[in-house]
Amino acid sequence: MTQRRIKVLLAKPGLDGHDQGAKVVVRALMDAGMEVIYTGLRQTPEAVARMALDEDVDVVALSSLAGSHVPFCSKLKPLLEANHLQDKLWVIGGNLPAQDHDALRRLGFSGIFPTGAKLDAIVDYIREHVK
Amino acid sequence: MNDRAKDELKPIANESGIEVKPLYTAADVEASGGMAMVGQPGEYPFTRGIHRLMYRKQPWTMRQYAGFGNPADTNKRFKYLIANGQTGLNVAFDLPTQIGLDSDDPLAAGEIGRVGMSVDTLRDFEVAFDGIDLNKITVSLTINGAAAILIAMYLAMAEKRGYDVKQLRGTAQNDILKEFIGRGTWIFPVEPSIRLVGDTIEYCAEHAPKYSPVSVCGYHIRESGANPAQEMAYAFCIAKAYADDVIKRGLHVDEFAGRLSYNFNIFGNLFEQVAKFRAGRGLWAKIMKEQYGAEKPGSMWLRMIAAGGGGGLTFEQPEVNIVRGAYYALISALSGTQTMALCSYDEAYTIPTEYSARISLRTMQLLIEEMGLTETVDPLGGSFYVETLTNQMRQKMEEIMAEVDAQGGIVKLVSEGAIQSKVSAQAYKMQRDIESGRFRKVGVNCYRNEQEEEHPVEFHPYNEEDTRVQIAGLNKVRAERDPAKVSQALARLSADASAGRNVMPALVEAVKAYATVGEMTNELVKIFDRYQEPIRF
Repeated sequence: MTQRRIKVLLAKPGLDGHDQGAKVVVRALMDAGMEVIYTGLRQTPEAVARMALDEDVDVVALSSLAGSHVPFCSKLKPLLEANHLQDKLWVIGGNLPAQDHDALRRLGFSGIFPTGAKLDAIVDYIREHVK
Repeated sequence: MNDRAKDELKPIANESGIEVKPLYTAADVEASGGMAMVGQPGEYPFTRGIHRLMYRKQPWTMRQYAGFGNPADTNKRFKYLIANGQTGLNVAFDLPTQIGLDSDDPLAAGEIGRVGMSVDTLRDFEVAFDGIDLNKITVSLTINGAAAILIAMYLAMAEKRGYDVKQLRGTAQNDILKEFIGRGTWIFPVEPSIRLVGDTIEYCAEHAPKYSPVSVCGYHIRESGANPAQEMAYAFCIAKAYADDVIKRGLHVDEFAGRLSYNFNIFGNLFEQVAKFRAGRGLWAKIMKEQYGAEKPGSMWLRMIAAGGGGGLTFEQPEVNIVRGAYYALISALSGTQTMALCSYDEAYTIPTEYSARISLRTMQLLIEEMGLTETVDPLGGSFYVETLTNQMRQKMEEIMAEVDAQGGIVKLVSEGAIQSKVSAQAYKMQRDIESGRFRKVGVNCYRNEQEEEHPVEFHPYNEEDTRVQIAGLNKVRAERDPAKVSQALARLSADASAGRNVMPALVEAVKAYATVGEMTNELVKIFDRYQEPIRF
């Protein structure tokens, strides 16, 4: 495997303003040697899909704490696919009730990191699963 | 010397960076500055409490944060809380309302009524507060970016129901600078945002002098990663920025400072928190008196809500959060707060159910009825440890405030993202310390259950139907209102905003004409533009 730096887009979807966790994860990924593009708050699905394409990232990561993760991901999935990004790694963290995890997996988010997930677990998962 | 003895001598520092000794005596109090700032409750510098008799005369107000779905759902929850003995309301708004979007805005899809109630027009306030006596129950509006609009709406609703607005009490959060640091419901850029806060303070000073238009929040800065001393120091810097804006307009500090209030967090070390509040009361009084020339005692009071913050609660073993909440309430009572609220044990999972909200309320009531917390003022006053720590915390806060000033002031630091970057670096360090076990959290990095149990948490359901009902209601109001009045009011709003006049009178007129939150926000965005978040690590 080539040692290209893993490039991550970390987005705050929708209107949710809780960014403490997202910023903590940005720092953890940077400390782990990854290149991270943090979007800031209030990203639309269209904006996330466009940035993921333009920046040629390996990982599309979302941080959602205000409950709108399923409707957001439902809109994001076809947009990422239209940009031919279905082979990239899609992960999501935040306040994600267990009852929603299957729905998120069906929407292509293989890595799910609910409240309580460890930073090293996120880093390791990304390292292991980036193609 | 055995290992255990060595262990006990290991230096310990609290979160604010103050070394904690194994024993305190009168000499420590003396060395830290003595008792000069202690005084008597109800007297300058108010370290022991802003009132002479404190809870002996009246216990703290209990004000749980509540609101979800449409205004009719929220009205029911309000009535439930009041029926259970809650003495104030704290209204949660959904995110579209908080950032000035109408419910039919495409950006609002999927968010209507989710984390609070949705409000589009004055009609929604009429429904939400129907049957609630606004003289008996004080209402706090947790609104920031769209605060000027929602304050106008609240005053208009009260006036319409026949209340004398001059006598009306209540609070709006309306602290936009902390929204740029944490919580994130900003709309306009920093400078016009501060101007809007100034507009509300100036307007209320004249038209609603008993209404508290701003509650400056250390709370969310703490949640974003600040330590307790920074929490209070940054909040004071922010309050000073608002006060400066209003004084620039020609008001005297005593015309408005008595209605400034605060919102602080309580998770963490008990003694450090109690010292924080005692220190903060003395420091704020000193700032108001010495730097601003306040003469009225009320202008020097650190009036506050001290709330058991979500940042201390855990996802793991959620039922243990009930016990954490009880300690937070105890800290809050020992701190001499005016108002108390607790995050409920299930808040790491969901919006609190009626059941969990009631447990929080009972927790606070228990301190009043069974534990003797209301009988004596400032019961920890005079403790060698607490008095020493109070002096040290005050000095720490003064150092942090001086550092902010030396770096160009809070407005500059927030605009550049410097405070955000600093607290987020601390949050990262704290998260690493929790994960490594250096900072202990029960159930998280010690005393974990061998096998995680099914958590006894009932999820608050999100009702998609609410969105349809809310939008239908909005369309009905749009169809029934007088469009000429709406456009006239919006034109006035635009003219006043661009001329630099106080926008509150125009907002009150627009609200009364049933202009929507989105329409009013858009007029202001045309003049003020939107905030661009600085990304800085």
